[in-house]
This record gives sequence, structure tokens and C-alpha cells, in this order.
Amino acid sequence: MTIKIAQLSCGTEYSGVQKEIEKAAETFGAEMVMPDVNLDDIEESYEKFGLSCVSSSLKLMIARAMSLVEGQNEADAVFICTCFRCAEAAITRNEVRRLIQNNTDLPVVTYSFTEKTKASELFIRMEALTTIVSRKSILAREKQEGLTLGIDSGSTTTKVALMEDNSVIGTGWVKTGNVLECAQDAINEALSQTDYTYNDIEAIGTTGYGRMTIGKQLGAKLIQEEISVNSKGAVYLADAQRGEATVLDIGGMDNKVITVNNGIPDNFTMGGICAGASGRFLDMASGRLGVDITELGDLARQGDHLKSQLNSYCIVFGIQDLVTNLAGGATNADAASAACYSVAEQVYEQQLQEIDVREPLIQVGGTSLIGGLVDAVQDILGGIDIIVPEYSQYIGAIGAAMLVSGLKDTDVDDSKKY
Amino acid sequence: MKVAIFPPNSMILADMIVRKGHEPLVVQNEMKQKVTSPDLDAPPFNMTEQDPINGLKYAAIEVPSGVRGRMSLFGPLIEEAEAAIIMSEAPYGFGCVGCARSSELTVFSLRKRNIPLLELEYPTSRDATVEMVYKINTFLDQLDSKEEE
Repeated sequence: MTIKIAQLSCGTEYSGVQKEIEKAAETFGAEMVMPDVNLDDIEESYEKFGLSCVSSSLKLMIARAMSLVEGQNEADAVFICTCFRCAEAAITRNEVRRLIQNNTDLPVVTYSFTEKTKASELFIRMEALTTIVSRKSILAREKQEGLTLGIDSGSTTTKVALMEDNSVIGTGWVKTGNVLECAQDAINEALSQTDYTYNDIEAIGTTGYGRMTIGKQLGAKLIQEEISVNSKGAVYLADAQRGEATVLDIGGMDNKVITVNNGIPDNFTMGGICAGASGRFLDMASGRLGVDITELGDLARQGDHLKSQLNSYCIVFGIQDLVTNLAGGATNADAASAACYSVAEQVYEQQLQEIDVREPLIQVGGTSLIGGLVDAVQDILGGIDIIVPEYSQYIGAIGAAMLVSGLKDTDVDDSKKY
Repeated sequence: MKVAIFPPNSMILADMIVRKGHEPLVVQNEMKQKVTSPDLDAPPFNMTEQDPINGLKYAAIEVPSGVRGRMSLFGPLIEEAEAAIIMSEAPYGFGCVGCARSSELTVFSLRKRNIPLLELEYPTSRDATVEMVYKINTFLDQLDSKEEE
């Protein structure tokens, strides 16, 4: 089945990126389609929509969106894109996204492009769109059933969650080294907290960098990228499966920001930013401050970031700034607060600017346990509602365990697919 | 009733609303609070870096900071409104937000609220002006009966 992705856009032809968009879609077995609208209907559609934009291409984009909403055109998913830095397009893109999401159940991804946008940059978005379409029934699951195991093989740590009838009954957390050995150690750790043995597990789901290696070895029925798995785990744990939310995972090496609508991811950014904006910087900062990473958050909450400003975002120069501040009389608490603020500011400036943040924001991953960092993100985003759910550090593993429970009695077996 | 207006700084519309016993939601009140705040020193409006950040609630991050800064002021008024009057094609002197994109988003946000709404075009003749005043007064009178219900 070819997945039809409706393109709602302005400026793709004149920016020279239309071919790249089509190439990215084709890579994942999808086809871009332009919803048909009558010339006479354009004016009426955009007036009905209520946004009086000046650019006629944006009016056409609105008319195309309205035709999807009113069922005059059919598609499996929607890709909304406009030129980067066009204010009118940014407003229209956001409101059209809301129109589609409020009136259809089509998955939507939005993007702002430049003339340098290449197909490879769009791959993960197209992959996520096609995954959401082809696995919608799996992603719609809201409860875990039976005895299932989720494994999140991350770049820094390997996490495991054992779930039984919608409850977490065992967890494992091991620093990532040899991918398979670490997964086995984490599984043993989780099982040791219960009376079950490995053979009692009904189904296994894997995600993260090592998902394919582990999945194939253990016969995982679900092997899935972390965007959909993490977002599903986040809304499940935060009890936010209905409506909109944003999932923020500041990881050890890369960060993910995912917006979700009714539990299904519809836009995200990940990776591509420097280590100064990652959990690794906080790890190094806690080492310099002589506290364990688990104590950094509470220490930061006692300090004032304004008294110890870090002027560099680079991980190396950032630590140098920290040392200089401490030598200049700043307290450890102020420096800890400044380190948390520095990471939050960078995530905001370099990643959150690519996405429209929707409340509540669910902060997950190991760094969500650093209270000072959560406070800094909340402060920088204007005091928005942030939820840090229980087991937030096991988000991918829990998402995988939850999702795979929907496959345990089916013939689906991802381990044979790859 | 609390009546939002567009342009949100139109003294004429605000005055007409007051005369009919309603509360106009005008941006001047928000500006006064900012300008007279002793804690801030960011002339002329005492808008700081934080204001466009607060505007993220109403406009996506890619929307320019000036639009988001304005929306940080207009957005709460739009949320508070129980009715609204929109005057399009008005000249600067009638009231103006100084930004076409902010105007588009403000009007769109008011339309989306599903509250009693009166949309008018700025009159260009004496007859049209009389008609406009009549329409506004009738709209405001009808709000009274809605309030009583």
C-alpha cells in the first residue's frame, strides 16, 4: 500500500526543495499528493477559515487544508511546510496544523525549509509519518496488558522495564557498553525484583540506538524508533493520552522534543546540537562541583543562576566559565543553577525554536530527575505547566513494553523483518 | 460584559463600549501596568526579553519576536473577552497595532473564540458612519439581553 501524504505548502517550488520532499517520501514508500481545489473555492475557503493572509499561496494552502477537512480530498497523512523566517507563513502553518488536528485524525508533521533543505533532513519526519500511518492501531494503545518487557538501548544507558497488567513491576538501568550484554544485565536486574523468569515474558519491545541488534537477538515482536515509543511512554505515564502535549527528553548525547496529539506524535526535533546542551555537560559540571549527578538538581535549586553566568555554550568553554566563576567567589549552588540554566537556554534557543510548544510539557529521561533543570526549562518557557511523571527515566522502555503488549497475541514479529 | 476590540487600542470603540455600560478590554490598561512597574527599566514600554517568550502561548516560536511580544499583551485580553468588535481597514488614528502579522493573528484569535462578534469596515462616508454607530450600539444593547439570560 502506498501511503498518500497530502502536501500543504507555500514556496517549495521557488525554493527548489519540492524534488527533495518527494524523494524523501518515496524513500519510505509514500507519495506526496496536492489536494485538488477549484479556483472558485479558494476565496470562500480561506474566508471561512478566518485568517486574512496576504500571500495567495498561503490562501491556496488554507483551501487545500479545508478540502481535506471537508472530505473533498483523501490522504493518509499531512506534511505542512513553508519557508523558514516567513512570519505570515509561520502563523498560517500553525493554524492550519491545528485545523487538521482538530477536525481529522490524520497525522501531521510541520517543517520550515530553506533552499539548503535536502531529502536526508526530511527522512526521519517521513519515516515517522509512515510509521504513524502503518502502525496507527499499535500507537493507539492506551493500556499495557499481560507480562511484557521493554528495552531502551540508549547511547549512554540501557534501560529495561518489566510490566504486568498496566503496572511497572521491575526496572533495570545499566551503563551502555556491549549492547547485548548490557541489555541482558538490565533484564536480569528487572527480573530480580519479581518472581518471574525470562521465559515467563510474553513479548519484548525494543527501542533506542541498539534496538535492531537486541531485537533480532531476543526475538522482539516490536522494534521501533524512539520518537513514537518515547512519546507514547510519556503520555501514558503522565496520564495525558488525550489532547495535546510536548515531550522533552534532554539525553546524554542528543535531545528530543516531540509534540503529540491524542498520544500520536505529530512533530519533533532531535539531535544535531552541541554537547553543551546535553546531559553530558551536567554530568561534567557535577563532577567539577564535587557532587553526584543525582544531587545536582537540589543543589541548583538552592542557587541563583544570575550570580554565576556562563557566557559560553560550548561544553569545554562552559566548564572553563564554571571554574572561573567558582574562583571568583560564586557558590557551588549558584554555579549548579547556572549550569542547569545554560542547558535549558540552549535547548530553547537551538531546538524548541523549531517546534511550537504545547502544554503540558512532559519532561522525561534521566535529566528530568535534575530538579534545577526542570525549573530552568519552566522559567525559560514562561512558566508553562511541566509534568515529570514517575519512572520518567525509563520512558522508552515503558513505551516499548506498553506498545508490544498489543502485539503479543498477533503474528507481527519485527525481529524477522530486519 | 467584557468586550475586546480591534484595533485593541481604539479609544473611540472603547468609549462607545463604556457608554453602553460594558467593560472595554483595551491594551492601554496592560501597557499602563508595564510602564508604571517600578521593577523594570526597558523603555519605552518596559517590554523585556521575557514578554515575547510569554507570547509563545499564542504564537509559534517561529513567529517573529515582535508579533509574540504584542500577543503577550493582546492574548490575555482575547482569552478574557466575552464579546468582541473588529474594525477592519481603519486608519492609523483610529487605532493600530503597527504590524500586519499581529493584526492577522489577533483577528483570527478573536474569531476562533466563538463569542458574540461584530465585524465592521471603517466607514468612508457620513451615512456609513451613522450606520456603523447604530450597528455598534445595537450589538452592545443585545449583549445586555444575553447577559440577563
